[in-house]
Amino acid sequence: MTSSKYLPLITTIAVFVLAYLICIAQFPSMWSTRVIGNLLTDNAFLGITAVGMTFVILSGGIDLSVGSVIAFTGVFLAVLLQNTSIHPLFAFVLALMITTAFGAFMGAVIHYLEMPAFIVTLAGMFLARGVSFLLSTQSVPINHPFYATLQHLYFKMPGGGRLTLIGITMLVVFLVGSIVAQRTRFGANVYALGGNIQSAELMGVPVGRTTIGIYAVSGFLAGLSGIVFSLYTSAGYSLSASGVELDAIAAVVIGGTLLSGGSGFIAGTLIGIFIQGLIQTYIVFDGTLSSWWTKIVIGLLLFGFIALQRGILWMSEHGSVSFRKKAAA
Amino acid sequence: MRSLILLAGTAVAAGLVLSSVSANAMTVGFSQIGSESGWRAAETSVTKQEAEKRGIDLKFADAQQKQENQIKAIRSFIAQGVDAILLAPVVATGWDSVLEEAKEADIPVVLLDRQIDAPEDLYLTAVTSDQTYEGKVAGDWLVKDVGDKECNVVELQGTTGSSPAINRKKGFEQAIAGHDNIKIVRSQTGDFTRTKGKEVMESFIKAEDGGKNICALYAHNDDMAVGAIQAIKEAGLKPGTDIKVVSIDAVPDIFQAMANGEANATVELTPNMAGPAFDALDAYLKDKKEPAKWIQTESKLYTPADEPMKVYEEKKGLGY
Repeated sequence: MTSSKYLPLITTIAVFVLAYLICIAQFPSMWSTRVIGNLLTDNAFLGITAVGMTFVILSGGIDLSVGSVIAFTGVFLAVLLQNTSIHPLFAFVLALMITTAFGAFMGAVIHYLEMPAFIVTLAGMFLARGVSFLLSTQSVPINHPFYATLQHLYFKMPGGGRLTLIGITMLVVFLVGSIVAQRTRFGANVYALGGNIQSAELMGVPVGRTTIGIYAVSGFLAGLSGIVFSLYTSAGYSLSASGVELDAIAAVVIGGTLLSGGSGFIAGTLIGIFIQGLIQTYIVFDGTLSSWWTKIVIGLLLFGFIALQRGILWMSEHGSVSFRKKAAA
Repeated sequence: MRSLILLAGTAVAAGLVLSSVSANAMTVGFSQIGSESGWRAAETSVTKQEAEKRGIDLKFADAQQKQENQIKAIRSFIAQGVDAILLAPVVATGWDSVLEEAKEADIPVVLLDRQIDAPEDLYLTAVTSDQTYEGKVAGDWLVKDVGDKECNVVELQGTTGSSPAINRKKGFEQAIAGHDNIKIVRSQTGDFTRTKGKEVMESFIKAEDGGKNICALYAHNDDMAVGAIQAIKEAGLKPGTDIKVVSIDAVPDIFQAMANGEANATVELTPNMAGPAFDALDAYLKDKKEPAKWIQTESKLYTPADEPMKVYEEKKGLGY
């Protein structure tokens, strides 16, 4: 069982390494610190929210609201910084408080009203997108000097690549996320919820508190992702980040987390993000392929990984059945 | 594993050989918004043609209307070490930091068909049309065509508040100012679409004594004009004769209408933004010649005298 637990993660890493080798074979310049720096910077917002999504999916849920929450956070920050003179850091805290509370609220609805997460977060998705349109329908630029300062915080790697603040933020979020998932009571509860909610309840897992906590974490990270996105584009736009929730779900599944919950790793999601970023980079380097190939390849990979998960499940069931038969004989 | 590394190694070597073969040709990355309109599709195909004509290796990235995809594409172009980047920006804001990276890597960036809110030193130049001038060319044609006769004009505006609608209206008004015989009697938005253009034209005709009081139609784009031509025909009038039709864009369908004598003039919004951009880049990279910060494309006037069917055939295959 332990080997099959790690099998999806190992497959993901193998796919990534192989894909990168193929890319380098065709375009040697893809082996550069610039490309690696870009992978981190360009996917920072997606990665951060995908950590939240991993927690949600590990618990057997889903959060469709994150893309809209990212857009909301961006517009909220842009409008706030344009119309008031408060410091961006204070605006960040405000935005994070709102998005965390929003996530917690959705968690509470899911738990107490016993509604499917799909429906509740779908409502949340419309709500957050609608509110951002209410704030502004146009792209609002952010010209605060503090933003410029943050954008110019980076380490220059040998070869011209940049390790930016937002790239580092993503790595830190993944690190903290992994520790929380593997080493804390909350993390253990998340896995227990995803395994089987009834037995988790019997084992004394505080289901309500954990559910609210999970969606609060997802809301918080979506808010953080929105801050990172606003740093990335120096603007808030209500149409931005549409479909990010689906990219995040794809990254989680490609990263080896079981969609039905209970099994998977935060680190796998990081590789899932890198695989998506790598495909996009490859297509730009090639320069003749339609960019829609990104979606096609991601779709194929998703199918592959779902089949793999089914296979592992089938193998472990099959294995235990034959074992029982042997024992009976 | 060793054979895998060996394989990768030989492939890398092969890749190096391949890339050195095409090293003397200029490589240009083109970050396009998407293919949301016929004009944009035409811009993409013309850009590819222009690149091929000059032997430029064009790397094309379609951003599917998303700014984050455009930023990613530009970063990848920089990582790839292209000689220059063409950018048709989806929004005006948020380009500063990625353009700074391009500047640091000494890669000139040329903006196509739209301007951005960023310091001018971050890009080499912008190639766009002058929308006010387009309106003026259309107005000048009408002024010359009607001479001293009285002429009541109805106007189909673009989407309310959009910059082409505002500027094309302004330019036309500038052209007819001082010619008191030409008056705009009705002006309403047709949202740049064919169906809305037809609907609004129908209401114009009803309101103006069955169309007898209308001498000319000015539409902010050809699509609305094509819709309006339909409405004029349905009202029992002859477009092009009873009501003159002048519009902007020069899409293939308007040339067909012109060949049938149903439209009188159109002003071209050229999809060839890349041609002037490549010329400017060539001069800059070879002779260090700094171009002006704004290159205005030609706004050419087409009338039935310009062999409309021939132009139609030329434009048909571009993806409009």
